Amino acid sequence: MFYREAGDFSTTYAQDQQTFPIKFDRYRYYAVLFVALFVIPFVVNDYWVNSLFMPFLIYAIAAIGLNILVGYCGQVSLGTGGFMAVGAYASYKLMTAFPDVSMFIHVLLAGVITAGVGVLFGLPSLRIKGFYLAVATLAAQFFLVWLFNRVPWFYNYSASGQISAPERDTFGILITGANTQAWATYTFCLIFTIFSAIVARNLTRGSVGRKWMAIRDMDIAAEIIGVNPLRAKLTAFAVSSFFIGISGALFFAIYLGAVEVGEVFGITKSFLVLFMIIIGGLGSIFGSFAGAAFLVLLPVLLKIVGVDWLGWPTDIVAHLQLVIVGALIIVFLIAEPHGLAQLWRVAKEKLRLWPFPH
Amino acid sequence: MLDQTESYTTEDGRTIGPVVMEMKNITLRFGGVEAIKDISFDIREGEIRAIIGPNGAGKSSMLNVISGFYVPQEGEVWYKGSRRPPMKPYQVAEQGIARTFQNIALFEGMSVLDNVMTGRLTHMKTGMFWQSIWKGKAEREEIENREVAERIIDFLEIQAIRKTPVARLPYGLKKRVELARALAAEPTILLLDEPMAGMNVEEKEDMSRFILDVNDEFGTTIALIEHDMGVVMDLSDRVVVMDYGKKIGDGTPAEVRNNQDVIDAYLGVAHD
Repeated sequence: MFYREAGDFSTTYAQDQQTFPIKFDRYRYYAVLFVALFVIPFVVNDYWVNSLFMPFLIYAIAAIGLNILVGYCGQVSLGTGGFMAVGAYASYKLMTAFPDVSMFIHVLLAGVITAGVGVLFGLPSLRIKGFYLAVATLAAQFFLVWLFNRVPWFYNYSASGQISAPERDTFGILITGANTQAWATYTFCLIFTIFSAIVARNLTRGSVGRKWMAIRDMDIAAEIIGVNPLRAKLTAFAVSSFFIGISGALFFAIYLGAVEVGEVFGITKSFLVLFMIIIGGLGSIFGSFAGAAFLVLLPVLLKIVGVDWLGWPTDIVAHLQLVIVGALIIVFLIAEPHGLAQLWRVAKEKLRLWPFPH
Repeated sequence: MLDQTESYTTEDGRTIGPVVMEMKNITLRFGGVEAIKDISFDIREGEIRAIIGPNGAGKSSMLNVISGFYVPQEGEVWYKGSRRPPMKPYQVAEQGIARTFQNIALFEGMSVLDNVMTGRLTHMKTGMFWQSIWKGKAEREEIENREVAERIIDFLEIQAIRKTPVARLPYGLKKRVELARALAAEPTILLLDEPMAGMNVEEKEDMSRFILDVNDEFGTTIALIEHDMGVVMDLSDRVVVMDYGKKIGDGTPAEVRNNQDVIDAYLGVAHD
């Protein structure tokens, strides 16, 4: 009752295979999009953007990227932090080398460069699977962080070894640096998030996505129906790294402004994004958003409840957060391996009939 | 002996075309074990060709040679009049050879419709760029192939479950979905590895009907492995019999049934 699909009939295949075949879903999606694009930019302030919206939007892109690789193609990766670092350093080098080019181009190019690096580190996936592939990508993680620490060319020989984003604009609006406005950085990240989600959705619902899922579910059968495993896996690595590179570039250039690679893009970042897609839901774009929102909101919520209301010491709350996330990972892996996205699907199925039993 | 390029008509009025695939002196070894020993046979266009034999005779290995999983140490595979170089399975699929597996190999995480649509992958060529935009080229291609997939779904009477995740289906239906996926590729040759294994009589009858219909309506050449003798003798036009990796019989069901070697292999022979 609450969740209505009555009266929705698809009469063409195009209608049947759209992203939101049910009217109710479609209108809600338009409403969310409208609020995000035309309401929030006019009311946000720095606090909201920096503590909630920006990390959510950027992590959502990274989660979509990793979900394509892990959730859709079944190739486990622990190199997310390293690939985000590639995106960050690529955008830094581009920003300093070509100061007049729009930030849009820089971020997209950073994604393309990361895609190339991702393909390179994806090559071992042809020979090794599962656990062993995870370890190989772990090597990528440590190697990349080491590379950016040790080769001064990457941080333009700065004394501190850090990279910091110079002031750059797009269409005359300041996007990076210290003097940006909240609505501008928010909108910039939002555009990339929407772009990533739409592209990811289009790829995963078509033949490319089916190739990835075929490889994930049974690689031998995939090969027999005509999927070239080499190409399928490498395209998954490329597309995944493309999104992760974009998120890394945004994370550095817009969200943080200055980055010390070992601290920001270390192994903990890889795990954070992996936890997002496990909690959110493997193999689901919506799950990527749900997981990112959950893990961005959780610390903020805990801080409000623990520190502000109950007056606990900050370090206890910080440790509590680790305990809760760890426990949740275990709970989700056992009880609902498909994460929040599956819970949402089940809820929708129940809501179709609620409050009637049949 | 019939000419390779000639067609002929069987006693019950079926027209069998020229040879489309020929195996010449295939030998396949795993280390010291010879799984297939110097076997030659051909498959003609439009026929239903059965490969039978006791357990471990090398039937599945033969199918794996045809579909490119195994590369034989000796011998040649001729397909559509030319010698086939050693190929990867996905290249064989591109050439129009589809197959099903003995123990179902469906994509459990996907719906029935998606599984059938994966069968269309060799026909879908739109690049990644157009797919990421979706509107236009990619959507058109998707709809065209969806129409073919829906025809197959209709044909095999699985419309009602098209959006169901495959993992939820019972065994018999899974077998049918796997057949649908192979058929969706519109193959020249369809290889069926024990399509009726583990089925009850009614399911076997259904499956036999589908196999005959496929052969009849789409003109698909079918090569199948099956243990149920009744089914094999009823369905197939010609039968290859294997035992211990060797070919011991080849011919129409009636010929094979009266072949002394075949009787010995199946019923056992007294060693005195």
